[in-house]
Amino acid sequence: MAEIIQEEKAGGKKKAKKHAPHIDMTPMVDLMCLLITFFMLTTAFSKAKIMEINLPEKLKDKSIDPPKIVASRTLNIVLGPDNKLYYYPGTVKPEDYNNLPPLQPTDYSANGIRTILLERNRALFKKIDDFKTQVTAGKLVMSQDSVQKSISKLKTDDDTGPIVLIKAYKKATYGNFVDILDEMNICGIARYTFVDIAFYENTMVEHAAGIASTAPAASPAKK
Amino acid sequence: MPKIKLPTKSPHIDMTPMVDLFSVVLTFLMLTTTMRQPEPAPVDTPTSISEKPTPDFNTMTLLLSKDDKVYLNFDNGPDTLLAFRPKILAEMGKRYNIEFTEAELAEFKKYPSSIGVPILKMKDFLDTRDNKVRTAMESGIPIDSTDNQLADWIFCTRTVNPNVQACIKGDAKTGFEVVKKVLDIMADKNVFKFNLITTLEAAKINLADIQK
Repeated sequence: MAEIIQEEKAGGKKKAKKHAPHIDMTPMVDLMCLLITFFMLTTAFSKAKIMEINLPEKLKDKSIDPPKIVASRTLNIVLGPDNKLYYYPGTVKPEDYNNLPPLQPTDYSANGIRTILLERNRALFKKIDDFKTQVTAGKLVMSQDSVQKSISKLKTDDDTGPIVLIKAYKKATYGNFVDILDEMNICGIARYTFVDIAFYENTMVEHAAGIASTAPAASPAKK
Repeated sequence: MPKIKLPTKSPHIDMTPMVDLFSVVLTFLMLTTTMRQPEPAPVDTPTSISEKPTPDFNTMTLLLSKDDKVYLNFDNGPDTLLAFRPKILAEMGKRYNIEFTEAELAEFKKYPSSIGVPILKMKDFLDTRDNKVRTAMESGIPIDSTDNQLADWIFCTRTVNPNVQACIKGDAKTGFEVVKKVLDIMADKNVFKFNLITTLEAAKINLADIQK
């Protein structure tokens, strides 16, 4: 006390008390940490994406025949149990019910179904790919919308690629379904649809899968 | 020997740059992310190459969980004044002769998650505030042919909001039987166009693949 008084007397000038230049930021840091953690846990970075699919309309009038498709261009893909995948070309006629064509096993990988689809869809895929290369190279300048339009025009005009019929055995999963539709988009298949599985295809799947491992799965549907 | 005295440092560290950094991160997170909606069942969506974002409104989302339960969610429309959700519930109540009070309709309007409650339990579900009781009631929307409430929900939704788009959000492990059933119910109600909700995964193929 005495010293201060002395100082004042000596200095003469009244000095304002200096504040410490540092504010303690620790509580603010704590708060920020909490907020960041909260935001990281409750929010999602990317919005979910959607994949569009159109299913064939159900024919309520039995007198109208469903549209006919060429057997030589038809490719049947059957989603089997336990992530198995089978395919067979063409159609099965009623006289062949006792002599069913064998299912070819394949898988969802890039070397499986994708190679098969690309091989059959080579012409169209090449056209689409050429078109996309031209757009990315800047030779064709157009908006994103017209790019999409041109690609779908290429797809509608195509008459050589396969007509893919996708069928699902009851033990397949939703993931299999999305995977195969995704594969259609990757390979640029122009015509594909999802149809109900026929009874003989059930037998074919059970026959094909039964050999491998799932014999019990085959028995109930045979009744 | 005299000891060497190290100058004692102040115990305070300057936190200002840390605060600066955190502010930047926080602002970034707030601007780039969207709130995640709570879901009644954890769903692990399959992946696809599709880059189309989910529409913000005019959707009805069917949630198919791993244990084959079906949940349904729809939005209030492009403007909250339209309040589609309470209208749909009121419409649904009419079909099942259930009178919903104003408070129940208001509660339904702001309920953020998908619903998986049979319509007969809906009144109790909206009246209670206890989340445990609510979770216990969620047994999924009945889709049997004898008690097909999903079909009624879809019909009411499409009556109230004709522009609605159907979205399906399923777990990759959901059995196909339930998916098929749902697709059939939708087809009966003349819905043939679906948006399957997926997560993005890039897939690249080049021409060399098909030439071999």
